[in-house]
Amino acid sequence: MAATTHDHAHDHGDDHGHGHDDHHDHKPSFVARWFFSTNHKDIGTLYLIFAVVGGIVGGALSEIMRAQLQFPNNHIVESGQQWNTIITTHGLLMIFFSVMPALIGGFGNWFIPLMIGAPDMAFPRLNNISFWLLPPAFVLICIGLVMGESGSGWTLYPPLSNATYEHGMGMDCTLFALHLAGVSSLLGAMNFITTIFNMRAPGMTMHKLPLFIWASLVTAWLLVLSVPVLAGAITMLICDRNFGTAFFDPAGGGDPVLFQHLFWFFGHPEVYIMILPGFGIISHVISTFSKKPIFGYLGMVYAMVGIGVVGFVVWAHHMYLSGIDIDTRAYFMGATMVIAVPTGIKIFSWIATMWGGSIDFKTPMLWAVGFLFVFTIGGVTGVVCANAGIDEAIHNTYYVIAHFHYVLSLGAVFSIFCGVYYWIGKMSGRQYPEFWGKVHFWLFFVGVNLTFFPQHFLGLSGMPRRYPDYPDAFAGWNYVSSIGAYISGVSVLVFLYVCYRTFTSKVPVADNYWGEGATTLEWTQTSPPAFHTYTELPRIH
Amino acid sequence: MQLFRRLFAALTVLMMAPLAVPGFGAAFAQAPKPWEMGMQPAANEIKRRIIDLHDLVLLIITLTTIFVGVLLVIVIVRFNAKANPIPSKTSHHTGLEIAWTTIPVLLLVIMSIPSFRLIYYQDRTPNPDLTIKVIAHQWYWEYGYPDQGNFSIESRYVRDEDLKPGQLRLLDVDNQMIVPVGKNIRILTSSPEVIHSFFVPSLGVQRYAIPGRTIETWFSVDKPGVYYGQCNQICGSEHSRMPIAVHAVSDQEFKAWAEQTKKSADAGQPRLMAATDATAHEIQR
Repeated sequence: MAATTHDHAHDHGDDHGHGHDDHHDHKPSFVARWFFSTNHKDIGTLYLIFAVVGGIVGGALSEIMRAQLQFPNNHIVESGQQWNTIITTHGLLMIFFSVMPALIGGFGNWFIPLMIGAPDMAFPRLNNISFWLLPPAFVLICIGLVMGESGSGWTLYPPLSNATYEHGMGMDCTLFALHLAGVSSLLGAMNFITTIFNMRAPGMTMHKLPLFIWASLVTAWLLVLSVPVLAGAITMLICDRNFGTAFFDPAGGGDPVLFQHLFWFFGHPEVYIMILPGFGIISHVISTFSKKPIFGYLGMVYAMVGIGVVGFVVWAHHMYLSGIDIDTRAYFMGATMVIAVPTGIKIFSWIATMWGGSIDFKTPMLWAVGFLFVFTIGGVTGVVCANAGIDEAIHNTYYVIAHFHYVLSLGAVFSIFCGVYYWIGKMSGRQYPEFWGKVHFWLFFVGVNLTFFPQHFLGLSGMPRRYPDYPDAFAGWNYVSSIGAYISGVSVLVFLYVCYRTFTSKVPVADNYWGEGATTLEWTQTSPPAFHTYTELPRIH
Repeated sequence: MQLFRRLFAALTVLMMAPLAVPGFGAAFAQAPKPWEMGMQPAANEIKRRIIDLHDLVLLIITLTTIFVGVLLVIVIVRFNAKANPIPSKTSHHTGLEIAWTTIPVLLLVIMSIPSFRLIYYQDRTPNPDLTIKVIAHQWYWEYGYPDQGNFSIESRYVRDEDLKPGQLRLLDVDNQMIVPVGKNIRILTSSPEVIHSFFVPSLGVQRYAIPGRTIETWFSVDKPGVYYGQCNQICGSEHSRMPIAVHAVSDQEFKAWAEQTKKSADAGQPRLMAATDATAHEIQR
C-alpha cells in the first residue's frame, strides 16, 4: 500500500520540494478528495474539523449545565432524566468526539508521517474508514441525546443503563455509537503502530523519534489493549438490554461490579490516551520556543512508556467504594500513587528544558506554560484522590470533577490549542493573528480556572456530582463556577474568530516559521506541505 | 378485611404520630456551609483521621505546586528571549534527574504510611454495637434495625412546599436515621434495583449500595446532633432528591425510640415497616 502511494506520488513528483507552489499537485476532485480520501493530511484535517464540531456541541452542553447549576432550584433543564442525558452526552462527546479526534486522529494523522519522514500512513484506506466511522457514531450519540434516553452517566454503570431503568432506544444508540467510535480508534491505532514501526525514514531509530511520535505510539498501544475490553463490556450490556442475558444482573447470576471492572480497565488507560499525545505536543512546543533540545529525552520517553504500563494496573481506584476487598484497595492505592513519579519527571523535564533557554512567548508557548501550571494542579489533586482513605470523603464529589477537568478540560484541551497554534501555519500555510491568539489564551485560562478551581471547595464540602439541583449552601461557589464557564464560552467564540482570520489571511508563512528551535522533519516541508510529501525519503544522521 | 384492619391501624397511628415517634427537638446540625472551602468538620474519629491525612497531603501538594509555580516564574523572568538571548544547549543532568525521581518517591512514602493505616481503620469495625441495614431505593433510603427488633424505616426528602422553617432544602428528610451516640455502628449497604452511594461527609463514611451484594462499613458519632449527607452515585432522575440525615441521640433516647418505632411499625404506620412488611414491600416492587 505504501509503495503504491509512493509510486503515485513519484509520477507527479516534479513539483515537490520547490517552495510554496502546491497548486500543481494533482489533487482529486472535491468529492474524491474529501469523501474517499486516503491522504493522511486530508484525513487529519477532517478529524480536526470533526473535533471542533464535537467540541462545540459538547461545550454547548456544558454551558447548559453551568446555567442550570448557577442557582439552586433552577429549572432550565426540565427533568432529572434530561439532565442525566445531558451530562452523559457531554462526557462522551468531549472524550470520543473532541479530544481523541483532535489529538490522535487530527494531529496524529497530520504529523506522524511528516515527522518520521514517511509519504503517508501504512494503511491509507484503513485510515479513511477510521475517520468515516465517526460521523455515524456522532449521529447515533446525538439521537441518544435528543431522545433523552441515555441518562446513565458516561460510565454507563448497569443496572441504571439496563433495559429496566433505561428502556428507550436512545441508550442503545449511545452504546452503538461507542462501538463505532471504538472500532474507529482501534483501526486508527493499528495504523499508527504499523506506520511508526515500519515507515520511519532511514536513520531514524526508535531513540531518535520525536516525542510526539513516541506519545502517539504509546497511545496507540493503550488503545489496542484497552478498547476491546470496553467493546466486550458494552456488547454484554447490549445483550443484557436486548437479548435476555444477565451478565450484569444479579437476578440472573450476573454482577454489576463486573461491568465496573471491565469499564475501568478501559477507562483508566483512556485518560492517558487523552493526555499522552498532549505531552508530545507540549514537549515540541517547549523545545521550539526555548530554542533548546528537550531535556532528558530518554527519561521523557520512558516516563510515557511507564505511565502507559502502570496505567493498566490501577483501574480499581475508581471503585474504592464498590465493596472490593481492603487488601485489593491497598494495592490499587499504592499502584496509583506510583504514577505520580513519571508524571513528575515529565513536569520537571519540561521546566528544565525551559531553564537556560531563550524563550519566545508566542501564543503556542503561552498554552504550553499554561498547560504546565494547570496540569500540575490536576496532577497533585490526583494524588489526593488516590488515597483511598480520603477518597471516602471526596469520591464522586465535585473534587473529582475539578481534578479530572484540570487534567483533561484544561490539560488535554490546552495541549490541543497549543498544537493548533503551533501547527496551523504548517497545515494551512496562513499566519494566525498573534493578538487574538493571546486574547483567546487569557480568556480561556481565566475562564476555566474560575470554573473548576471553586469546584475543589464544593467537593471538599461534600457536593455530589451529577446533581441538577443542590442544597442552598453550595450556591456561592456554583455561581462563581458558572461565571467562569461563560467566560470560557466567550473564549471559544474568540477561537472561532481566530480560525476565520487565519483562513482568510493573505499572509503566507515560511517553511520553518518558528526558526532555529523547530528541528523536527515537518519543518523541512513547505507550508502547507505538498499533497504528497517525501517522494524522496529524508536521511537522518 | 385484612386491608381494613391495616387501614384502621394506619389511621390510628397517623393521628397519634406526633406522640408515636418521640421528637428530639432542635439539635446541633452538621450540614455544608455557604462558601465552605474545606472539608466539613469531623464528627468522629474516622473523619478526624481523614482530615489529618488530607491536611498532610494538602501541605505536600501545595508546596509542590508552589515550587513548580516559582520555577515557572523564574523561567519566565530570567530566560525570556530579551533577558537571555543566547540559549544554553544543556539537555542532561543525571543528578537532577535522579533527584526529581527519588524525592517524589520519598514524599509518596511519607504520605502512604498514614494512608494505609487509615484505610484499614475505616474499613470495618471489629466490635460493632449495633447494625443498621442501609437499603437504597429509587429514590429513598430504607434503614433497617435488625438487632433492635428488626424493623425498618423509610426516609424521603422533604418537598419544597412542605419545608418547615429551619429545615434545609434537599437535606432534610421525613424520617431520620436515628443512631446512638458513641457506639460503633456497623453499616450494611445494598440495593434492590440500581446503584446508589451512602455518603455522610462529616462522618467520613461512604459506600456504594449495589444490587446483589452487601457491603460493610462502619461509623460512630461523638456528640448528639443531625449529620447530613446525600446519595452520591447517579441513580436516575431523582438522584439529587434522596438526602441522608443521621440523627445521633443518647443511648436511652435511642432505646426508647427503637422500642416505640418498632411498635408503630408493627401497627402498620406507613413508611415504618415491620420486617415482614418490608419483605412484602420488596416483592411488590
